[in-house]
Amino acid sequence: MTGPTKYIGRSVPRLEDRPLLTGKGRFAADISFPGQWTMRVVRSPVAHGKIKSIDANAALALPGVRAVWTGADVARIPPIDFRLTGLTALEPYRQSVLAQHYVRYVGEPVAAVFAADQYTAEDAADLVEVNIEPLPVILDAAGPPGPFDEERGTEPTVIEKKSGDVDATFRAATTIVELDLAIGRHSGVPIETRGAIARYDEIKDVLEMHGAAKVPHWNRDTIAQMLGRKKESVQLYEGHVGGGFGIRGEIYPEDVLVCAAALTFKKPIKWIEDRREHLIAANHSRQQRHKIKAAIDRDGRILGIDNEFFHDNGAYMRTHAATVPDLTAAMLPGPYHVPAYRARGHIRLTNKTPCGTYRAPGRYESTFVRERLLDAVAAQVGIDRVEIRRRNLIAKSAMPYALGLDTLGTHIVYDSGDYALLLDKALKIIGWDELQEQLRHRRVAGEKVGAGVAMFVEKSGLGPFDMVRVDVRPDGGIEVITGVASVGQGVETVIAQICAETLGVNYGDVRVIHGQTDRITRGMGAFASRVTVMCGEATRLAATRLREKALQAAAEQMQTRADQLDIVNGDIVRSGEPGPSMPLAELARAVPGGLSAEDTFESAHMVYPYGVHIAAVCVDGDTGAVRIERYVIAYDVGKAVNPKLVEGQIAGGLAQGIGGALLEEFLYDEAGEPLSVTFADYLMPTAREIPELSMLVTEDAPSPLNPLGLKGAGEGGANPVGAAIASAIDDAIGIPGAVTRLPISPQRLKALMAAG
Amino acid sequence: MTGKTAITLTINGREHAIVVEPRRTLADAIREDCGQTGTHIGCEHGVCGACTVLVDGEPVRSCLMFAVQAAGKQIRTVEGLADGDVLHPMQQAFMDHHGLQCGFCTPGFLMLAVGVLEREPDIKDEDLLDVLSSNLCRCTGYQNIVKAVRAAAKTMRRQ
Repeated sequence: MTGPTKYIGRSVPRLEDRPLLTGKGRFAADISFPGQWTMRVVRSPVAHGKIKSIDANAALALPGVRAVWTGADVARIPPIDFRLTGLTALEPYRQSVLAQHYVRYVGEPVAAVFAADQYTAEDAADLVEVNIEPLPVILDAAGPPGPFDEERGTEPTVIEKKSGDVDATFRAATTIVELDLAIGRHSGVPIETRGAIARYDEIKDVLEMHGAAKVPHWNRDTIAQMLGRKKESVQLYEGHVGGGFGIRGEIYPEDVLVCAAALTFKKPIKWIEDRREHLIAANHSRQQRHKIKAAIDRDGRILGIDNEFFHDNGAYMRTHAATVPDLTAAMLPGPYHVPAYRARGHIRLTNKTPCGTYRAPGRYESTFVRERLLDAVAAQVGIDRVEIRRRNLIAKSAMPYALGLDTLGTHIVYDSGDYALLLDKALKIIGWDELQEQLRHRRVAGEKVGAGVAMFVEKSGLGPFDMVRVDVRPDGGIEVITGVASVGQGVETVIAQICAETLGVNYGDVRVIHGQTDRITRGMGAFASRVTVMCGEATRLAATRLREKALQAAAEQMQTRADQLDIVNGDIVRSGEPGPSMPLAELARAVPGGLSAEDTFESAHMVYPYGVHIAAVCVDGDTGAVRIERYVIAYDVGKAVNPKLVEGQIAGGLAQGIGGALLEEFLYDEAGEPLSVTFADYLMPTAREIPELSMLVTEDAPSPLNPLGLKGAGEGGANPVGAAIASAIDDAIGIPGAVTRLPISPQRLKALMAAG
Repeated sequence: MTGKTAITLTINGREHAIVVEPRRTLADAIREDCGQTGTHIGCEHGVCGACTVLVDGEPVRSCLMFAVQAAGKQIRTVEGLADGDVLHPMQQAFMDHHGLQCGFCTPGFLMLAVGVLEREPDIKDEDLLDVLSSNLCRCTGYQNIVKAVRAAAKTMRRQ
């Protein structure tokens, strides 16, 4: 007899792939209902101004146009609430679903046109005349604050975090290193734009929204509240989702508009965003300026860090509220021992697109700043950039390590890690010493080549809970019903692997249901690299419970003891001895409804994967172009359920990290007009820009906080890319500390070399 | 803009008689008028390549072509790649090499790669990379897409 099949830790093929490869995906734009109307949003062409009038008569006269809404039509709907890190001081800055009296960024929804089809809706939107009196704009978050409205300014609050006595440390320090650093505005920009389709079932009195993603239950509850409905009378449905990255699946004005319109007009309402809209209306991210200083001893050991920064949040506080600056403040110390630390993060409103999270939010930013600081300390003390890191790393023996800081409602306690070991492994893969030798020779020969190292701690597995139900259906199929969501990362496969191994069935027989609010009462969704950790452990718990139930029921049917039985490949067998077996399907039919189990995993702490990136670059002295010649990523994820999918996450994150380091930036002119509104202006990496990547996924530090030792893998590919490339470029052009701002565009790099 | 034209689009060998405005893009016609939603629209200005289909064997950005221009031509989309339950070698290679995550850009990459390899089966790796860099993917970081296409090229040459 063969034993139960092991799935955890194996790179089995994805269950998701076949429909996606054969054109059978069901993305938002693929969903249509008979008699639907199309919504087109009219957006502000002005970055800041007072709405004097909106004339929709010409639009309404166009055949096929059904209605036009302006702010007055939706004035009863409250602004969109915060999902994470909400602060009272931020509440007056929330966004209404259509502009009320003022506009504050180019792209802000001012009217909504409803028409019989997309082409007519777009024609009509062009005919809506919006008369706006321009007001002065604020575009620099680090400059003096200005007015947001008659009563409020553009700095609603300052995030403060600290541990240790920073003032005393700096007073006593003999050496202080100070930097002024900036991270550019960029975002997730998935290839599928946003979309939402709402319809109202009058007979059942249920409002449905299709095209949901990421956090369907929270969005369901919020939409219900905003529209004054009971939450049971609103249901959200997630289909295929064309990339998440933080930006997707938050509640945006358009989601609420289609829902409100479906209720009002009793027609299905479909809205699909175009690319220009996406680039000016969906969440931006990342833009911050840091004035940071470190107090150090003569050996380069950090005594204290003082981190003051200005977070450019754009025009309104959206669902993420203070999440990004809060994470920036809390996660900046990273893998290093920092005895005294203080962060002061100024949240600033500007007349640009509002912001939210983007993969490794607050960490892409803070890692860039911290690692630049470490390089500066190395230069100050006159020691090697690798050695300065070694000297400051938190030791394995110090784990678990309490940072003395909070974020996302949790205390930050690094659960496990051997940072020095991973650094050694990464250096070995790239052959650091030989690489240094090669680079030296090439520099002598006139080439501008260099290498950089960056280290980081990620966070993942945010609780507080996840719930899973596992059912054996009468046909033998296994259903795992979860409240998480899939944004394309392979959730169905990974959860099926955990369920299949625990229960004793084939993973291909496990169907994972996610993102359907009518299938499970509560769920936390997919963000913060939480799904494999939280839902994975909830699945293991529920599948264990189901296994016990099944064995008990089978023991009665098979007239033996449960401890004599096992489940192997979906059959109940006698353990260790031949004999009659019973398929789970048969048992399910014998005990109708009996093969179902539910469990919840709760966790008050996040789990902390960590990693090392090493970049080797070549700079073209004439053009300022940067070619990444080699790239190494070492990442410890505790336990990889499906190593190939983990590597896929890392490789994808790297590409996005390179985008933010070298290419991608939302630029504005002095009037607040966005300049990056097509893929010809907003440049994302293609296959040509991606270097050969060597990856090492390690399992040296399983998390003690869940039995499988899982940590999330979604964000470590992106986190330190800006930092590693900046360090490599410094090295290549021979100017320590040259790079102070991301992205490092060819123009900026040429200027650095000219000034150098 | 209201004048409509009756045309026939031949998609994967099947004829679709439709009536469209002259300005209607091929992408919209394939998706909305012919119901073949496997072809995706990512930018509508010809940069991302998600809407790539084959028109008379050539990869075309269907968002940049009008439906009326494709009348009478042979259009192939992702729905026509597999032979029943048997995946095309390109589809199989994407599955084997984890060349897709969210899958939104995938139909465009599949059609681009199939179109190029049918025309130029012995294309050099460097040239293939140039071709693949004409489409955007935001999930995979491209490495596995490149691996998959190279593997499929070998299989296609053998067949």
